[in-house]
Amino acid sequence: MSTETTSPVRGPRPDWYWHAGVVGALVVWWLVYSQLIPVAEWLTALLPVERHSHTGEAFAFFFYDVPKVMMLLTLIVFAMGVVRSFFSPEKTRALLSGRAEGVGNAMAACLGVLTPFCSCSAVPLFIGFVSAGIPLGVTFSFLIAAPMVNEVALVLLFGLVGWKVAVTYLAFGLAIAIVAGFIIGKLHLEGWLQDWVRDIHSGATAPQEMEGESLTMVERYRLGLEAVREIFARVWIWIILGIGVGALIHGYVPEDLMASIMGADAWWSVPAAVVLGIPMYTNAAGVIPIVEALLGKGAALGTVLAFMMSVIALSLPEMIILRQVLTLRLIGVFIAVVGTGILAVGFLFNLIF
Amino acid sequence: MKTVKVYGPGCKRCETTEKMVRDAAEKLGMEIEVEKVSDPKSIAMAGVMSTPGIAVDGKLVHAGGLPDAGKLEGWLKG
Repeated sequence: MSTETTSPVRGPRPDWYWHAGVVGALVVWWLVYSQLIPVAEWLTALLPVERHSHTGEAFAFFFYDVPKVMMLLTLIVFAMGVVRSFFSPEKTRALLSGRAEGVGNAMAACLGVLTPFCSCSAVPLFIGFVSAGIPLGVTFSFLIAAPMVNEVALVLLFGLVGWKVAVTYLAFGLAIAIVAGFIIGKLHLEGWLQDWVRDIHSGATAPQEMEGESLTMVERYRLGLEAVREIFARVWIWIILGIGVGALIHGYVPEDLMASIMGADAWWSVPAAVVLGIPMYTNAAGVIPIVEALLGKGAALGTVLAFMMSVIALSLPEMIILRQVLTLRLIGVFIAVVGTGILAVGFLFNLIF
Repeated sequence: MKTVKVYGPGCKRCETTEKMVRDAAEKLGMEIEVEKVSDPKSIAMAGVMSTPGIAVDGKLVHAGGLPDAGKLEGWLKG
């Protein structure tokens, strides 16, 4: 571990204290997690409602799912926070520059999942990529994958719907990002960037050399904790609202109704789900509990996934941010290409499952 | 007097960073000039790809995430 004399005392705790703390927390996590069902049943039994009534079902769903989702999120967001501390946009840019299209698109999509990214820095990141000579299509692969395939979405799908759906979402999310980026690259739309972006000379924004920061494991733990704190500050209300709506659907909405509106037989339901999803802006945390409840009521998997991808990947606020670097025509192409990809995934799933 | 630029489009973390810079300077008893850069074009041209970014006297010292308070003091002193 680091023994630099220049680094001041960072708290009295030695490193092993942190490692032991992480292991201890994992054990406690596991013990609590395995007791969630009995506790939820116990809580529901305390209420003056019939357990098998609509209200009872809704409460049991709520009491079980809220703590379950919160716990899964804590674990995975912490783990991803630690993993992401090994990646940065600067490193990603270095890895991507000079890659051919194709391989570059695939790498960009995967790095989009691993690189720390917040849509508020989408514009600087976009310019940083393009000015480093990374092709437009490869940049788009990154920008599509980063919000769509994120750990919050995957955890929630895994915890609430099952691992098969989570893996499928991961695979098809990446596929859409790769293919859509590749197509946008092939269309050669560089001329549709905003003028000032086009005029930036390649290399003009080369990052200045920053002091080589190599982090200790303890610092990475801290970053993981910071990530947990931040995600929770942002999404807890959405989780509770989402699971609340999910609970209502779970308890009250009749199964035949959902099956007839969102079932696999209604072909128009997939495009309708995509169109509905665009103006809706929430994050994975809010939309997935609803997804689970819809699936439980007989909605088709493809339709529901299409809805979810559209809500997360094609969001209006992000378009408005990107408007600073892209012309409206280019944003239109972006929506059309990604939307078509989501449609294809929706129809394909409804056919297969 | 040192000039510190904080790059960020105005998300919560960027505001926190600006405050951390001011607090650190106060703690060190330094007088500094803090400039908040929120125009995406200027942020990008400064070579910042992940916000918030911090530059001290034109030298970029940090990008992405909240800075570490200890390191921040180091940058201001250095």
